[in-house]
Amino acid sequence: MTVYTTLATRIRANQPVALATVIDGPHIGATLLISPEGILGGSLGDGELDRVVARDAVGELEAGRTSIRHYGPQGQSTPEDLVDTPTVRIFVESFSPPPRMWIFGAVDFTAALAKVAKVLGYHVTVCDAREVFATRRRFPMADDVIVSWPAALFEKEGQVLGPRDAVCILTHDPKFDVPAIQGALRTTAGYIGVMGSRKTHAKRVERLHEVAITDPHDLARLLSPIGLDLGARTPEETAIAICAEIIARRTGRLATSLSATTGPIH
Amino acid sequence: MRELLADIDRWKSQGKRVALARVVDREGSGPRETGAAMAVNQDGEVIGSVSGGCVESAVVGEALAILSGERSARVVTFGYSDNEAFAVGLTCGGTIHLFIQPLEW
Repeated sequence: MTVYTTLATRIRANQPVALATVIDGPHIGATLLISPEGILGGSLGDGELDRVVARDAVGELEAGRTSIRHYGPQGQSTPEDLVDTPTVRIFVESFSPPPRMWIFGAVDFTAALAKVAKVLGYHVTVCDAREVFATRRRFPMADDVIVSWPAALFEKEGQVLGPRDAVCILTHDPKFDVPAIQGALRTTAGYIGVMGSRKTHAKRVERLHEVAITDPHDLARLLSPIGLDLGARTPEETAIAICAEIIARRTGRLATSLSATTGPIH
Repeated sequence: MRELLADIDRWKSQGKRVALARVVDREGSGPRETGAAMAVNQDGEVIGSVSGGCVESAVVGEALAILSGERSARVVTFGYSDNEAFAVGLTCGGTIHLFIQPLEW
């Protein structure tokens, strides 16, 4: 099978695949095909370059991102290694739908979170039942702004959410966040974060008990208080703490400083 | 790309040579996202698009030159910051960078 036929087969089957192409440098036009499991075929002209690009392409694919990346001819990728080295430009094209983030509650934290989520390649949906708050003007960075009660949105579209997707519930309002949590728990979303203090969360768990959400596995899926313990205060810092938690959950890392640990970084 | 597969398969089964043009980067407003693609066969038949119709005919010329061996695979830039002497711009005022190559992989 050629790179093209494998690519076409995977695209048609809706299986994630990334195509890396040398657009500048030696072996211009050479291609490498990568799946989440590794290299499927082709070569960029250097074994080490193939290995490094494949590693990066898996991350790009997971985020559903398409971009140009720069390397040295043997895959060097740190700024120090690239000084005085002619760079190879590689176009990495991801064929996978971007992961989704659904944010409930049209508050200031929502705008900051939507912005950071867009940087990470998410397709961002903001949902709030209050028409005056859930507006395009307030959330120009979001892909969709939906005026709806959470139950209705989950009813209609909840089945599209999967393990790569995130639900962030930022409302603080029981009449909104309880149904949002109920809806989120019925999906296979990989991340469900709920904003609120420890006290708020304890009260929320009581309310969830009232609506028969008592399964410890369900309750353990709820990350609340939301985000990593970065000491974040502003909406922007909180958005970073939330997105960092999403990444750490995906990679299964403890999210301490690399300087405090040993072992491989990636 | 997905929307091009059926025609590319047909062209390949007919033994036709095919050039592929993809948007690899853009600055400012661009009508199509990165990854938008068009394909041109040796007879000048065209499928897909890379802008809103602003630059497609120039891309066909470039693609045919690459298929005939007159030029080799390269990045071609269209837009106001264009240094490559293309007399074609984008109506939206943005800049797009296309990689055009023979589909020989």
